Amino acid sequence: MERIFQGHTVIPGTAQAPALVSHGGFNTLASMKNMKKGKNICADQNNPDLYKKSLVGVALCLPQTIGSTTGGMVLFNSAVNECQPACMLFANHIDSLAASGVILASVWTDNPIPTVDELGEEFLSYVKSGMTVEVREDGSVRVTD
Amino acid sequence: MELTREQQAILDGEQGEVMAKIMKTVVMYGDTFGATKLVPITSEYGHIVSSFGVSVITGVFDMMDELVEAGITSKQKFTADPRPVDPAVPANLIQKIVFKVMYGPQERYEKQLEAVGLRADSCNAAGTSTASVAPGAAGGASTYDDAFSCACYLGKDANVPKRGDILSWAESSAVSYANSVLGARCNRNSGIIEMFGSILGYVPYFGLLTDEGRKAKWVVEVKTSKLPEAQLLGSAIGMKVVEDVPYVKGLSGYFNGELSEEACTYLKDFGAAAASNGSVGLYHIDGLTPEAKDFGEDLVAPDAQVYVIDDAEIQRVKNGYPVIWKKPDAKPKLAFIGCPHMTLAQLQKWTLEVETALAANNLSKVKIPTIFTAPPAIIKEFGEENKAKLASMGIVLSYICPLMYMANPACADMPVITNSNKLRTYTSARYYTDAEILVQIAGGY
Repeated sequence: MERIFQGHTVIPGTAQAPALVSHGGFNTLASMKNMKKGKNICADQNNPDLYKKSLVGVALCLPQTIGSTTGGMVLFNSAVNECQPACMLFANHIDSLAASGVILASVWTDNPIPTVDELGEEFLSYVKSGMTVEVREDGSVRVTD
Repeated sequence: MELTREQQAILDGEQGEVMAKIMKTVVMYGDTFGATKLVPITSEYGHIVSSFGVSVITGVFDMMDELVEAGITSKQKFTADPRPVDPAVPANLIQKIVFKVMYGPQERYEKQLEAVGLRADSCNAAGTSTASVAPGAAGGASTYDDAFSCACYLGKDANVPKRGDILSWAESSAVSYANSVLGARCNRNSGIIEMFGSILGYVPYFGLLTDEGRKAKWVVEVKTSKLPEAQLLGSAIGMKVVEDVPYVKGLSGYFNGELSEEACTYLKDFGAAAASNGSVGLYHIDGLTPEAKDFGEDLVAPDAQVYVIDDAEIQRVKNGYPVIWKKPDAKPKLAFIGCPHMTLAQLQKWTLEVETALAANNLSKVKIPTIFTAPPAIIKEFGEENKAKLASMGIVLSYICPLMYMANPACADMPVITNSNKLRTYTSARYYTDAEILVQIAGGY
């Protein structure tokens, strides 16, 4: 079974990856503070959806990011360290910190993070961790069971 | 986004490839939020959040190298958040080793910041201008010490924007203070983006820069029996309104409608809590903050929601904070007071209160090692004699960022208490009111 959701492209690109879903705000600094080259295990104890799960190469599905205004530079560093999510999919309009991070990754590294926002609450209700997610250039997102 | 000829030329690479990438980043950032143009920054100084050379952000240091090699300098000088390490702050051997590894790139990073535009101290101890002294020049101490504080707007020669100034800052508590108390205009930017704004001299026009973006989507009615603890009220409002602008009623009477030093201090702590427990970048206080004084409830959006805060609500919020210590009943090993950094008046008040409590309880030193944090300029103003008095009571006065201390994994498991709701939010530190902290460290009076 599959469903397609239409969002708005922030960083264009394509990706296919297993979903990792955060129903609460994603605290970038708290989550990625222990990242190393190629390794990025979520360290945020306050996020039961993601705690101790790998953030590398996943389709990170979230409402928006929260927390320290260092968040954008931390996300950028995940791309530098080649441990970034395969794509980021926002139910809401992307927030200024996450936008900064994915834009910095796009302009300053060879590891852009395709990003789509405004996918809606229904997207976040439907998608479950482990489902396959495919992102297309036009901002459409196909979710397969 | 419509660019001027000069801006388009930078984007097209007329000032080099690196400047073009900086412009591209800022334009993409603005486009994401529907900005129609870039507007000039009008504040004298910028302020950057990324003051720490922590190894987890190595990509930033490589980017800074790229900037320095391209000869990029900022159009405006900038101050920065606090330095992460102070040898005077207690740490065991393992913690010290981890600090050394974690913040190993600090020296490299500070040299990069100096090259790009970190603001030099205006005067040295002898009163001689040091602004032109080269980084690392003979003479011992850095000539950049005063640049490092989250409360860059405090103290002698502080970085204080004027009302209406357009800023490119990111530190959440400073953005909140500048927008709300000083009436400047700044979005809640991310680290690096804010430095790019300072380099270019332009920021995208959207959000809190616009009149529309400064409208309140919440009316908060404070109906408590006394002035609530600033850090608790800010926390309650931040958690409720998240990133929206609140218009707060019921506070100005406690300050006789005057934006006095006492009111500004209260709002500094209130705003920091609202910015960290939520993402509040601007608040209006009815009858007190500049825009609320001028425009009153015209600042409230037509469909604004209402949030009533009484004593029970404050207590409910406080009771809801999770305790994430391994042993919830552990004896605290450290107390941090001053996040965001304290004003001179706060420092003097705490000193007097601890002194009085110790005397009342026949104690000579505090029962828990205690750190007061304040801007370097305020520490100088406080004076060596007062600093020695604190030391005699077992209190260290430091310029560091408590968050950066607690970011050390070897410190994270320590039972630490604090009166800061920001420190509570981002670390394992446990929040107590000022009065409760005083009882814990000195027995109260």
